[in-house]
Amino acid sequence: MKTSMTWNKKWTAAIVRYAVLLIIALLMVFPFLWMVTTSFKSMEEAFRYPPSLIPDKIHWENYRKLLAALPITRFFLNSVKITTLNVVGVLLSCSMAAFALARLNFPGRTLLFAAALITLMVPWQTTLIPVFIMFQKIGWKDSHYPLWVPAFFGGGFAVFFLRQFFLGIPRDLYEAALVDGLSPAGILFRIYLPLAKPALTTLGVFTFIASWNDLLTPLIYIDTLEKMPLTAGLSFLQGQYSSDWPMMMAGAVVSIVPVLLIFFASQRVFVEGIATSGIKG
Amino acid sequence: MSVRSYSPLGRLERKWGWLLCAPFALGLVLFSLGPITTALGLAFYQWDNLTPPRFVGLANWHQLFHDELFWKALRNTLFYVVGSVPTGVILALGLALIVNARLPGIGLFRTVYFTPVVTSTVAVALVWTWVYDSNYGLLNYVIEQIGKLVGLKIKPIAWLNDPRTAMPAIIAMSVWKGLGYNMIIFLAALQNVPRELYEAAAIDGANRFRQFWHVTLPSISPVMFFVVVTSLIGAFQVFDQVYIMARDGRPANSTLTLVYYLYNHAFRYLNMGYACTIGMALFVLIGAVTGIQLVLQKKWVHA
Repeated sequence: MKTSMTWNKKWTAAIVRYAVLLIIALLMVFPFLWMVTTSFKSMEEAFRYPPSLIPDKIHWENYRKLLAALPITRFFLNSVKITTLNVVGVLLSCSMAAFALARLNFPGRTLLFAAALITLMVPWQTTLIPVFIMFQKIGWKDSHYPLWVPAFFGGGFAVFFLRQFFLGIPRDLYEAALVDGLSPAGILFRIYLPLAKPALTTLGVFTFIASWNDLLTPLIYIDTLEKMPLTAGLSFLQGQYSSDWPMMMAGAVVSIVPVLLIFFASQRVFVEGIATSGIKG
Repeated sequence: MSVRSYSPLGRLERKWGWLLCAPFALGLVLFSLGPITTALGLAFYQWDNLTPPRFVGLANWHQLFHDELFWKALRNTLFYVVGSVPTGVILALGLALIVNARLPGIGLFRTVYFTPVVTSTVAVALVWTWVYDSNYGLLNYVIEQIGKLVGLKIKPIAWLNDPRTAMPAIIAMSVWKGLGYNMIIFLAALQNVPRELYEAAAIDGANRFRQFWHVTLPSISPVMFFVVVTSLIGAFQVFDQVYIMARDGRPANSTLTLVYYLYNHAFRYLNMGYACTIGMALFVLIGAVTGIQLVLQKKWVHA
């Protein structure tokens, strides 16, 4: 009797927990479902009241209209180019600096690390205007350079993050490789980077998402429609066709699908990586 | 300097240390230290980015203190911070407690809760604008249905077009979007709490609530600190969702935030100097709030 009661209690608890989990999941997913279903509705149906959940008929023409109204393929390729360069740039420059800061002994190391930590506190909007003026002076306005060149000079957060990770790799490995005649750069690329794969993946995905979703930077630098990445193109779409909700939702769907694919493919490593960086803080 | 620095190994490490750090060090100067100094300097100039800058002393700062729109933007930003950070942190902790269980399929739930974090603010802000629509929006429809169930006739609310509801609506969207991020961080912290602590507390007769209050909370307080500080800094910089959901601070400047105001002055009214002044104010504000947190943490963070 007693065992069956605790057994019942356990089941009730599990069912309640799953019910709560499902309700929250629905709240999290619903806006995305709404985005997708609206993108397949006709204008008439989108503005119907009470709203319908599932479209009467699948209207692909919202996507066709989107492709005709805006150079979406161009936007997409711009986003891919800018994002790829950002990921490569950040991973390369930050792993180099982080490795040197973690393992090599050189004058200026402490100063450099302190400077990196201080810049973490500066909101990037404060430095936005001088950086903008600098890029404008060298004739890079309305080009993609301001959107990816800075990545090749690293960033405080990424260097800090990777340095902590490199410090966790046994020092003996470094010293043994030196004895074997590898240069510090050789040790970084052949030994440390392969070992740091989870950290690099996390940082890479972080950079991908931040760069793909960035709005303010392209808004400031890009004037020509054909040079815009997807986010800026999407905000432009909103300005032009503010009442065509099915088409705008089609644009939103197109802009989030690549990020979602990358996220679902890497979510295991990614989610764990965020967890570690949180603990370190 | 140790003997090491004069040895061949010392020379090797020196050479490679400088080489490997060169891009990052150059970047610090070009994109952080240089610009922050320039921004500080420009805050004392009037400049339209076309004609040469003109030194105006403290005029920008004087203007800042008497600029009603700046204070409005500051108040709106503070409202956003106060409205979004505590709610976001508490809900994220609650969510982490719920998904901190060994249950089949729990990984799927964690992933789903994290999804809004990875999607662009622009895309989700667009859907939410549509959900908030006063005439055809889903939210008003749902509220109307609930009203019918309890026998009330609720008039449609003009969420984003009413100065009283616009900012709260943006806050709700932002909390929804950011929950998953802090949830994952809290989750990692929860899983790091030593099991023995709970066992000891249970032996002492502590119930679930007392265990949470006396074991869980103190154990995760360093992570709580990290989450609060990063959320505060992020909230002070809010821009994207306001740009999409309430362009130009509509309605009646009720959603104008500091970064939006800075953006307007720099890139629409071409007041580069004044925009830099706003930027420095933002820097000081964030620095002060972070500093206060650092002092206060001694009272509640168990490290």
